[in-house]
Amino acid sequence: MSLHTIVLVKQVPDTSNISGDVMRPDGTVNRARLPAIFNPEDQEALELALRLKDKHGGKVTALTMGPPNAANMLRECLYMGADRAILVSDRRFAAADTLATSYALHKAVHRIGEYDLIFGGRQAIDGDTAQVGPQTAEKLGIPQITYTLEVQNLDLKKRTVRAKRAIKNGYEILEAPLPVLLTVTKDAAEPRPFDVRRLCTYKRAQSRFEIEATVDDSHDLVWMDELMEKIKADDLLIETWNIEDIDADVQWCGLAGSPTKVHKVENVILSGAEFKKVPATPEGMNDMITELMQDHIFG
Amino acid sequence: MRSQLKDMVWVFAEQTDGVMADVSLELLHKARTLAEKMNSQVSAVLLGDKVEGLSKTLFAHGADNVYLLDDAELKDFRSMPYANLITNLVEEKRPRVVLFGATHIGRDIAPRVASHTRSGLTADCTELKIKTLTIRKVEHEDLLLQIRPAFGGNIIATIISPDVEIQMATIREGVMEMGEPDASRKGIIIPVKVELDPVEVAVKIIEKHQEASSVNLKGAPIIVAGGYGADTPEKFQLIKDLAKVLGAEVAGSRAAVDAGLIDSERQVGQTGTTVRPKLYIAVGISGAIQHRAGMQESQKIIAINSDAEAPIFQVAHYGIHGDLTDVIPKLIAAYKSQLH
Repeated sequence: MSLHTIVLVKQVPDTSNISGDVMRPDGTVNRARLPAIFNPEDQEALELALRLKDKHGGKVTALTMGPPNAANMLRECLYMGADRAILVSDRRFAAADTLATSYALHKAVHRIGEYDLIFGGRQAIDGDTAQVGPQTAEKLGIPQITYTLEVQNLDLKKRTVRAKRAIKNGYEILEAPLPVLLTVTKDAAEPRPFDVRRLCTYKRAQSRFEIEATVDDSHDLVWMDELMEKIKADDLLIETWNIEDIDADVQWCGLAGSPTKVHKVENVILSGAEFKKVPATPEGMNDMITELMQDHIFG
Repeated sequence: MRSQLKDMVWVFAEQTDGVMADVSLELLHKARTLAEKMNSQVSAVLLGDKVEGLSKTLFAHGADNVYLLDDAELKDFRSMPYANLITNLVEEKRPRVVLFGATHIGRDIAPRVASHTRSGLTADCTELKIKTLTIRKVEHEDLLLQIRPAFGGNIIATIISPDVEIQMATIREGVMEMGEPDASRKGIIIPVKVELDPVEVAVKIIEKHQEASSVNLKGAPIIVAGGYGADTPEKFQLIKDLAKVLGAEVAGSRAAVDAGLIDSERQVGQTGTTVRPKLYIAVGISGAIQHRAGMQESQKIIAINSDAEAPIFQVAHYGIHGDLTDVIPKLIAAYKSQLH
């Protein structure tokens, strides 16, 4: 049986590049103003999966749950070498916390069917929770290796994988039976650049939303179906699944399926507390150090 | 009397090789204040092999009960057996609050336990409170307010889980203060039967390397920390030089860690270590909320920054506006001159 790896990926707002107009006056975040990027650790997870494919053959499927424009990130997965890209997207998934997200992802994995490995980033930079990986593994009833630093050996005959994982002040090497879910830490694998030939091919890959957007009133539904079929036949379809497609129960999705709710959001307001302005001169430093010594801060 | 109280506040007691993690003890002290508001006892959940002796420490730091799961299979931490056994116990006893240290272990199992029990779970909380809230005319008792910076530190979010029974949170080491242990406190050990399916113990540990940490940020009286403003190894060396002269520990912001200038175990902030030294010198650190969350309770803070508007100045006692390559040598010279 050839290797099949699923990689959980997420498109995230680039929280490291927050400028003034991103924050609304009421303290909420205007996500539309933030550039969307491929979550860095997920990209490393994809790289690890592609390296295993380079060595053992098989297939890599990129799976995301997100808004329609997450198709941009899925195209990047295809440019890097993913064989299949799936966008799980439905307005009813909106405001999902990690539990509702992992519920939807595990249903999507069920629809995908057989797999040997699931990779994902340890955490996404917009929440830093590191919860979706383990929660998805729990829902699938499979073991997990979190904080993966390196995949050392994959034995498809014995159906085991060995991976090195970070622990406090050290590391451990675990051997897990397949299938298993691994979450990948930063610096596990430098993502490869886009393959130019793949880029030329897959820049035309489209999700159902994108195909629908090209259809206007002058076209009928039959025309739409034919277009979808053609794109699929050309292997350029980013599969787009809604709640029904993954057989998810709406009560466990989105806000309704999320036990955690945001009760209150406060803008970070600094008190503007008084501090002593110390001139950057030898005299200024001397005075400050004298004060600190009198306060018994030194010594 | 105590036995009449409910058993609603739990702390996962994390041990490695028979040594209790500090964060678990810190959480027990926090759990006590939460439990008082809820008229509840505090219970610790302890898993391991021959670890019963640790119960005394847990009682001294605030546990009324220790659920003890002692088995050779639990000698070393593994996700599935640990998570599944805790899940079973949580499902049976149904506590209202379960706290985990946000460690490599706590962050590994808490999501699995929360997933199976359909509990609310918030990662890396910087503050916890118990409150009764009325939401859409329905009164919710004993809600755990899970407070954390979010969204790149631009906001502080209060998360609640009003519609579920079990509320969970992970908290980084150092965020909650460890109170004094009380050796006279007594408690009850409740042994829990350990039954594991072969599937649950199928993951094997082939090798394990762990070194005693040489870094003790939490215990350091003086810390000199660098951030993105010290974005070259040469500039960061100045920070190390200053630390050496002052006999201080070197630390960094997340930006410094991400830039590879310093090890992640020296990261101060929400996703690193929370420190309360006598003196904290922040060099080239702008002062995002996540960083401030990890250092703002320092007794004295000196901020050195080339940006006069940097938020770090708002939590500082002394602010030096200037370039670190100019300021640090002057500071070192001034300190040395006063020593003589």
